[in-house]
Amino acid sequence: MTIPDDLLYTESHEWIKREGDNIRVGITDHAQSELTDVVYVELPKLERQVNAKEPIAVVESVKAASDIYAPVKGTVLEANKALEADPGLINREPYGQGWIFVLKIENPDDLKNLKDAAAYKTHIG
Amino acid sequence: MSERKTPLYDEHVRLGAKMVPFGGWLMPVQYTSIIEEHLVVRNNVGVFDISHMGQFIVDGAGARDWLNGMLTNNVDKLDVGMGQYTFLLNDRGGIIDDLIVYRIDEQKYLLVVNAARADEDFAWLQNHLKEGRPPDRPSGGLETAAPCTLVSRSADFGAVAIQGPRTMALFHALFGKDIELPARNHIVDVPFDTTNVSVARTGYTGEDGIEVFFPANDAVKFWSAALERGKPLGIKPCGLGARDTLRLEMCYPLNGSDLSPERNPIEAGLGFFVDLAKPDFVGRDALLKTKEFGPREKLVPFRMKEKGPPPRPHYAVFGNGERIGEVTSGTLSPSLNWGIGMAYVSSAHAKIGVEIDIEIRAQKFPATVEKKPLYRKPAS
Repeated sequence: MTIPDDLLYTESHEWIKREGDNIRVGITDHAQSELTDVVYVELPKLERQVNAKEPIAVVESVKAASDIYAPVKGTVLEANKALEADPGLINREPYGQGWIFVLKIENPDDLKNLKDAAAYKTHIG
Repeated sequence: MSERKTPLYDEHVRLGAKMVPFGGWLMPVQYTSIIEEHLVVRNNVGVFDISHMGQFIVDGAGARDWLNGMLTNNVDKLDVGMGQYTFLLNDRGGIIDDLIVYRIDEQKYLLVVNAARADEDFAWLQNHLKEGRPPDRPSGGLETAAPCTLVSRSADFGAVAIQGPRTMALFHALFGKDIELPARNHIVDVPFDTTNVSVARTGYTGEDGIEVFFPANDAVKFWSAALERGKPLGIKPCGLGARDTLRLEMCYPLNGSDLSPERNPIEAGLGFFVDLAKPDFVGRDALLKTKEFGPREKLVPFRMKEKGPPPRPHYAVFGNGERIGEVTSGTLSPSLNWGIGMAYVSSAHAKIGVEIDIEIRAQKFPATVEKKPLYRKPAS
């Protein structure tokens, strides 16, 4: 299972990539593997303001629908429209073309509450 | 509760399967991908471990009459070597289980039941057998004409399903080119290696297929042979995930989702497997009433009208703005790449072509009540 060192992680299996005042968010390789074939993604609405741990998107596999959570407080800047036509990107490139949304974060200090790669690795056992 | 393992458990783990609890057993939900495994069954051939299913033997001079009093379909229709789909009902006509009963000898029957209900089925049957008549009929009516015995052999037997258009080729690769495939819904004993296995021409996928029953000790040997000899046919091991999407495309019900003790076969649209002309069987009176007054709700297949989120069990169903029922099975059909499902809806809406709405995360998505099955093979 791939867990890139340069990303941050949540307990609910989102990865976070810092891009200045923004963060790019997707789900981890472990999460996509547990969910199995992703067949539908409900993207967040642009401009939506969210709190940390608020459900913001839904990823659906053949078997089930799973909520995706905002890792920190912020405002939705971008949503990955490519997932509407090809939700399987999440399975094939969870850390690349399978990203789900970009948040403009309210307070960079909030990122300190997230896990680094080593802590996430321990978390998933 | 700790789950039981089938004799093929180690094989699944070795093949990298994702194991999940199902009906009291640890079963593979998928090996590589539900969609891939689904399509391999539609296009080539797949093999499933179905060792979790329960198997009972009913044997003796009274077996036929006793089973006719316990099951909805008519056992009299079975010649030796034939099987039929049937129901085990409670006194209210509710479904305890759906199963296949095979007549494997003059006076001997094999019942193949759902894993999750096997213990309950066995206890229900055993209680009735002990009493010689169902408890709702203290006198008269149904009496066992002659004795029979009921034995569970679930623990000693393993089973696999081989399903897909290339089943026949694999059957001959496994058993020899001179051995004949049993006819649809028939069962035969066939020599394999040093033992005999039972091969039934049945399945839960809508494709040609067989279900093979063997002593637990032979499970690994048979499973490995199927995968090895199926290689040139493009075989894949397939998990419960694909089994579920395959059966739903065909509108085959899943007990625990589409069937329950609160639903009867008439509401489920499966009256074809109930012989109300039989003089008596457990649940018959309740079914006659349902038949007379008409069921309040019916199980219907539906298809989403637009590409969107797939329907799921327990989503609410609306008709003309009013709540009219609930989804019991729903998924994205891998064959159609489209949302499909089954739902119990009020009888007024249970007609082909009726427009309904499925509520998904507080939003309504239009769907149409369809005819069975939801997927039809393109003419080849």
